[in-house]
Amino acid sequence: MKRGNFIESSVAGFVRALGRVLMSEEIANRRGLLQALDPRVRLMGLFALVLAVVLAHRLTVVLTLFLAAVMLALCSSVSILLLAKRVWLVVLVFTGMIALPAIFLTPGTRVAAFAGGALPITAQGLSAAALLIARVETAVTFTTLLVLCTSWTHVLKALRWFCIPPEAITMLAMTHRYAFLLIDTASQMFESRRSRTVGHLPRAALRRMTARTAGVLLSKSIALSDEVYLAMQSRGFRGEVHILSEFHMKAWDYVGLLAFLGAGGIAVWAGR
Amino acid sequence: MALLFDLQDVGFEYDGIPALRGLSLQVTEGESLALLGANGSGKSTLLRILNALCFPSRGSVSFGGQRLAPELLHQNGFGLAFRRKVALVFQNPDVQLFNPTVFDEVAFGPLQLQWSKEQILSRVTTALELMKIEHLRDRPPYRLSSGEKKRVALASVVVLDPEVLLLDEPTSALDPRSQSQIIDLIQEWRGAAKTVITATHQLEIVEDIAGRIAVLEEGVVAATGTPAEILSNQELLLRANLVHAHRHSHGSYEHSHPHIHSHSKHEH
Repeated sequence: MKRGNFIESSVAGFVRALGRVLMSEEIANRRGLLQALDPRVRLMGLFALVLAVVLAHRLTVVLTLFLAAVMLALCSSVSILLLAKRVWLVVLVFTGMIALPAIFLTPGTRVAAFAGGALPITAQGLSAAALLIARVETAVTFTTLLVLCTSWTHVLKALRWFCIPPEAITMLAMTHRYAFLLIDTASQMFESRRSRTVGHLPRAALRRMTARTAGVLLSKSIALSDEVYLAMQSRGFRGEVHILSEFHMKAWDYVGLLAFLGAGGIAVWAGR
Repeated sequence: MALLFDLQDVGFEYDGIPALRGLSLQVTEGESLALLGANGSGKSTLLRILNALCFPSRGSVSFGGQRLAPELLHQNGFGLAFRRKVALVFQNPDVQLFNPTVFDEVAFGPLQLQWSKEQILSRVTTALELMKIEHLRDRPPYRLSSGEKKRVALASVVVLDPEVLLLDEPTSALDPRSQSQIIDLIQEWRGAAKTVITATHQLEIVEDIAGRIAVLEEGVVAATGTPAEILSNQELLLRANLVHAHRHSHGSYEHSHPHIHSHSKHEH
């Protein structure tokens, strides 16, 4: 994709993201350990484990939690290859860049040196960098497992149990719903324009066309929001959101919740 | 039958562009009326005014003898009763499907009307069964086909068991089978003595869905009558852009005449 087409490439990226979301819904419908639990337990349990990762100060504890995340993924029909490509590699690159200076700047026992001793690597620096990377990798793995094993609708419903105002949840749900619709519209607009364009347009013309497309999309989204509001009013919406919950906790869910909270508590205690 | 809607000299504009220009129309209880008109004739605007989603800039609209006004709709008693009685299915189902799942979508109306949880669960299940979409219950709307979206949109108003159904192009963009199923549903509602007002430009379905037709032309009612009276008035249909002059030749002589694509009766 040419540089001038950055918006078009962004829209294409959103469309790919939409495809990934649809795939994650497929994972959420598979049989597995996490999928068998009530979404509220998944949300609360995985949040407790993320909290434990953040509070643990020992690398061994964080690595144990990472191992637990891998086991949880395997028991929940989540591909390790998918996690490696989508999470571990990306996190390693970004966190690695942040952690790299710590290896050289943290004072302590020198284990190696570069540039004739001007860039010393310390054991404490290595340890701090390893702890940071392990923490981020583990926390993001738990969060990804929640997203992959729980459909977005269940995440939203589960949020209702954590004192999040229903208005905020409704806004989130509608944003998610209409973001997809508008991304689809934008993608079709670019496709339609491409089908009527021969050769390459000059940069300035491309910029003007992109600005016009953005303007039209904005107008469409405003018109759509007006229509949606009318459709809500038509079915009795009067500014106050009423919601219904269908979740039922079973014995297995309580066992799962206790296991999550117990594991999180032990990790915090052992990693202090 | 008692008078349900009474519209007198109704005018409405969108940013100064007139959509309705002094429209007058009466609808009685239990009537099935088709609003027939070309694109831009004011059908959708009229349905919105009948559903009290917008109010005329001039003239008046009465429902059951009460003049519809924003203040009246904001009163809890009248507002909730009106929304329970009168339901609108929008032309574009994407507008109407704003909830995360099909179940939530169908339950939205009953929840806003503050029904009990048991009543909501039972009525939503019945509506999903009636529209044959139980299998879509937990699916998000963006993963549905056009026909399925239309069915969910219909279920979301059928669940309220309204006395008056306002349908905006209910069969547009649907395959023939889905069209036929929706026409069957409208006929069922007609049989159940509900008031059904359908906006359409499809001449081939009006005989099946309505006992009376109002032809809209540039924001006014150009004519009303039975389907037989309206469909036989070629001049009116041509003027209202509901039929087109079909050009063809007989040897060296080429001419045009009004042409209806209508298949009202099929025998198999």
